[in-house]
Amino acid sequence: MAISFDLAPNSLKARDYFHEMARSQMRPLSRQYDEAEHGFPQEWVDYYWQQGREGPPDMDLSGPGDGFVQVCIQAEELCWGDAGLYLRIPSPALGGSAVASTGTPEQRERFLTPFRGDGPPVWGAMAITEPGAGSDTAAIQTSAELEGDEYVLNGTKIFCTSGEAASQYDGGFVVVWATVDRSAGRGGIKAFVVPAGTPGMRLGGLEKKLGIRASDTATLVFENCRVPRTNLLGSAEVKKKKAGSPGDKGFKGAMATFDASRPIVAAMAVGVGRAALDFTLEMLEAEGVPLRYDAPVQAQSAVERDLIEMQAELQAARLLTWRAAAMMNRGRPNSLEASIAKAKAGLVVTRITQKAVEILGPAGYSKKLLVEKWMRDAKISDIYEGTQQINQLIVARRILEYSSSMLR
Amino acid sequence: MVDFEPTEEQQLIIETVHQFASQEIRPRARECDESRAPSQEVLQLAHELGLVANSIDEVHGGGGELSALTGVLVAEELAWGDLALALAILSPAQIALPLSLYGTNDQKAAHLGAFTTDAFAPGSMACLEPGYGANPFEPRTRARRNGSGWVIDGAKCLVGWLPGGDTVLVSATTDTGAGAFLVPRDAPGLHATPEQNLGIQALPSVELELSGVEVPEAALLPVEGGATLRALLQRSRVALAASAVGVARAAYEIALGYAKEREAFGAPIATKQAIAFKLADMAIEVDGARLLTWEAAWQLDRGGDATREACLALQQARRVSLEVSDSAVQILGGHGYTREYLPEQQLRNARGFACFEALAIV
Repeated sequence: MAISFDLAPNSLKARDYFHEMARSQMRPLSRQYDEAEHGFPQEWVDYYWQQGREGPPDMDLSGPGDGFVQVCIQAEELCWGDAGLYLRIPSPALGGSAVASTGTPEQRERFLTPFRGDGPPVWGAMAITEPGAGSDTAAIQTSAELEGDEYVLNGTKIFCTSGEAASQYDGGFVVVWATVDRSAGRGGIKAFVVPAGTPGMRLGGLEKKLGIRASDTATLVFENCRVPRTNLLGSAEVKKKKAGSPGDKGFKGAMATFDASRPIVAAMAVGVGRAALDFTLEMLEAEGVPLRYDAPVQAQSAVERDLIEMQAELQAARLLTWRAAAMMNRGRPNSLEASIAKAKAGLVVTRITQKAVEILGPAGYSKKLLVEKWMRDAKISDIYEGTQQINQLIVARRILEYSSSMLR
Repeated sequence: MVDFEPTEEQQLIIETVHQFASQEIRPRARECDESRAPSQEVLQLAHELGLVANSIDEVHGGGGELSALTGVLVAEELAWGDLALALAILSPAQIALPLSLYGTNDQKAAHLGAFTTDAFAPGSMACLEPGYGANPFEPRTRARRNGSGWVIDGAKCLVGWLPGGDTVLVSATTDTGAGAFLVPRDAPGLHATPEQNLGIQALPSVELELSGVEVPEAALLPVEGGATLRALLQRSRVALAASAVGVARAAYEIALGYAKEREAFGAPIATKQAIAFKLADMAIEVDGARLLTWEAAWQLDRGGDATREACLALQQARRVSLEVSDSAVQILGGHGYTREYLPEQQLRNARGFACFEALAIV
């Protein structure tokens, strides 16, 4: 192997395929579902479920691919289309990642099969955050009590992406994090699969948000919600002293899903940033504003400097994202690199989209165009899946070789 | 297939050069800056590593390994040691590389031998011009036809001028476009005036005045559709970007080490989020700039036009090296401001990337 930026033919096919899907299927709906905040984008869901989810029809499955890098490319293209609609895609999503990484073969079969079948669209979701617990997952209050062969869940979860769809449409499921023993801190936290329609799980409300309004962001309330004990992901054992040690598959496994999902979230961010940047470059080119890549810094105009900086920042974020994904292809631990990618991407796309609104002036500020929407959509990249600050904390602990108790 | 791991051979080169930078360059960085002169000893030792000779044509005694990607890996490690000494060590490439890439057989035969002997021989490129708004892609220095040769008039600045060199590659505009000319340092009409600058003090540099400097026809590097100078400047920008990454990484590592050692209020300052988060940002930025530099070098190796990639890499590396070295000074506080520690030197060096052109090449 060697350092290379050459996308495999399959990745190029996927890129073109999803770009065309973004352009023709997502963009025309962007404004509509930004305004109809809690509406159901039926045409997009149906299109994706029936035609889009298989990917390009002419992929050479025996040929070399870019693995997780290709997944990032798909996320970037579709979020170039619309990040809110991307999050609305019927898929196992983060809940599926948790099942895939910590579930038994039987659990994977039971929960993930509906996503492959010819049945109606299904969604998965992950429920971690609570009104009083965000990144500090050890502070989770939702409880799970073992009664006979069932766990009984009680508590409230907020900010569940696709929580409405996953909790209501048959075949879907929500992975709920709850503590089986509050005195055990992190060691007591376990993940449970709650199938859609389980009595005791109800929709508590939908968030009204700055952006990604097409995405369903739900509050889920659990009142004596019973699931079979076979719906527990990972080990039931509570490790009181060494929470988070190897072998504590539940918590570690759930954390590992973030190492896998952060590059994808970073790639999504890059897609939104690129939408704004591509559009800005096109507008200025049409206006005849010069953009010289060979002029010395001192000779560049202010807008040239901005446009060059925006491109450099976005490309840096993209390459950091691909690096984190390529490390997964090699089976390398990538916790540091995943957080680096997420932190960089979240910050730069927030800045790039804000800059795009500034550069385009009243056109950028107007709802006639999508630039103001991309600015609102981009901001979530710096918040969800670990805020900028949480990712800085993770990076800092890694580079300093400090434990979480040394750097709090 | 997209991948970010150097080959085994490149990994070995990185380790070798890093060890050299750590043992031979870094310990001399301060002293050479203060004395405003490179250490001849370190130049000779680096020469013996064969870093530049490796990129020269095999026919002319080199290794024939012309990879810009390998070049940027080397440049980052050397600049991690010290920027001025790295530029001095790499200076032979300023003649050797343009000739290896574009020179005629006669030009190669006349000049390349100097770089494959047992002794270090410096090179020199003159592409930057004084005056606001000067653009290295469109030199104001002119070369006019004069019988079978050329006459060059103009001015250059920030030209590396290590003792012992005999040739400088000068960019100039002709009737048909921009080109690069091999000019003897002792050519009549060429005057070199030593400069003093904010940084890279260990690299002697000069302002050049060229008035009626006559060179033969064979002094002009073959111009491939006017693209030679453009290609050389791109390769130089990629090399400078890699050097900037090296400077930034060095400052970051010094700050990281200091923050773990230095205690305040009963604990290392690195345990405070104000410091720890700054270090995290520095690490993130250094990695991002490095990947852009790799991409630009990879593009050069594929033979494509890398104008945009080189521009983005240098933009990012320039910003990052300045910000990170400034952050390092800040984290070291009062100590960072003193010349006991390297960050103040790295800050002065990093600022130079705002204007450097052609001071290094891969």
